[in-house]
Amino acid sequence: MVSGVAVITDTGKVRRVLADVPDPEIPCVSVLDLGIVRAIDAGRVVITPTYSGCPATLAIEQAIRTALDNNGFGDVAIITTLSPPWTTDWITEEGREKLRAYGIAPPPKGANAASLKNAQAAECPRCGSSNTEEISRFGSTPCKALWRCKACAEPFDRFKCH
Amino acid sequence: MAKALPPLAVCALRLGDDALICGQRLSEWCGHAPALEVDLSLANVALDQIGQATHFLGLAGEIEGKSRDADALAFKRDVMDFTNCLLVEQPNGDFAQTIARLFLFSHYQELLYAALAVSKHERFAAIAAKAVKETAYHATLASDWVIRLGDGTDESRARMTAGLDWMWRFADELFEADEADAALGVDKAALKPAWDQRLDAVLADAALERPASRRPVLGGRKGRHSEHLGHLLSEMQFLQRAYPGATW
Repeated sequence: MVSGVAVITDTGKVRRVLADVPDPEIPCVSVLDLGIVRAIDAGRVVITPTYSGCPATLAIEQAIRTALDNNGFGDVAIITTLSPPWTTDWITEEGREKLRAYGIAPPPKGANAASLKNAQAAECPRCGSSNTEEISRFGSTPCKALWRCKACAEPFDRFKCH
Repeated sequence: MAKALPPLAVCALRLGDDALICGQRLSEWCGHAPALEVDLSLANVALDQIGQATHFLGLAGEIEGKSRDADALAFKRDVMDFTNCLLVEQPNGDFAQTIARLFLFSHYQELLYAALAVSKHERFAAIAAKAVKETAYHATLASDWVIRLGDGTDESRARMTAGLDWMWRFADELFEADEADAALGVDKAALKPAWDQRLDAVLADAALERPASRRPVLGGRKGRHSEHLGHLLSEMQFLQRAYPGATW
């Protein structure tokens, strides 16, 4: 048990701590970028899982715990909530840019984008072409689909709209 | 025994068992699917299902109030205490038979979750609202393959037809309701017309006939299972049977 010296008096500081906690599967983005931190308030951080079965959920919680403990926020509780359900629309603009730079096309935005059939073409994160095609709707992790760029011939991951 | 559980715990258990057994069956394809993309797809669907099962079984344990968590319910019950529908425990067979099973099940599950997502029971609604987005992907995957195989070669068409023909007899059980379902407030029978409509539209695209109606096979909700479930559990539960209480 880590003795907590600080309850959250400075949510800005907690936010800065969380900004340095990477997603274990996609380490280019932080838990804040992904939109899985739903609230930071008196004595608690509220998080929500991305997918029901995402194996990273437990690792994320442990990483946040460690980061909080290391920064004197040992008394801050981590609460997990399912509702409202996480959506890719909660990925921040900064997060979307980080994904693109990392080689993952960010997800289409908005409720209409959730229409699964005739999904709009992804933009290749390497060459920027929209001349792309889906190879597999399911990819290396629950949150990604496999795509291929027909312009530069490179395969790439696309964050699934969710 | 499942009989002694409060009605809402029974409902959560059934939802969890359906997802768990569906996920376990699909995971058997991991490393064996006909193509890498298919392997990834089925493993992803399995993972979603097992995640949903964890939530529903956890909820069932909480409602029961006897300190059984999701793992205890998954690994420390015997076959007669499982309440999944018979459809999900059917063996994978060939790829077409697996797709037929997922096709029937995922459309039902998506409709059920959509109804549950607006339920007055908040805990059920929260799990369902999250899961329904995942299940929409599963239903699309299964439908795409039904069309591809049905409207494919003579061989793929024959296999898809045979797969649907085998699985169809287990469809009625999905819409069967009892007093436990009444407590949950979701009318499963009312989901059937929408399910019929969805499946018929896909079958039309696939140029496949709807299988002839058969005498429905029932019993899973009451713990009366086919021989297949026992074998599935013997593998899934091996570790806890051999080394009770093992943790790592």
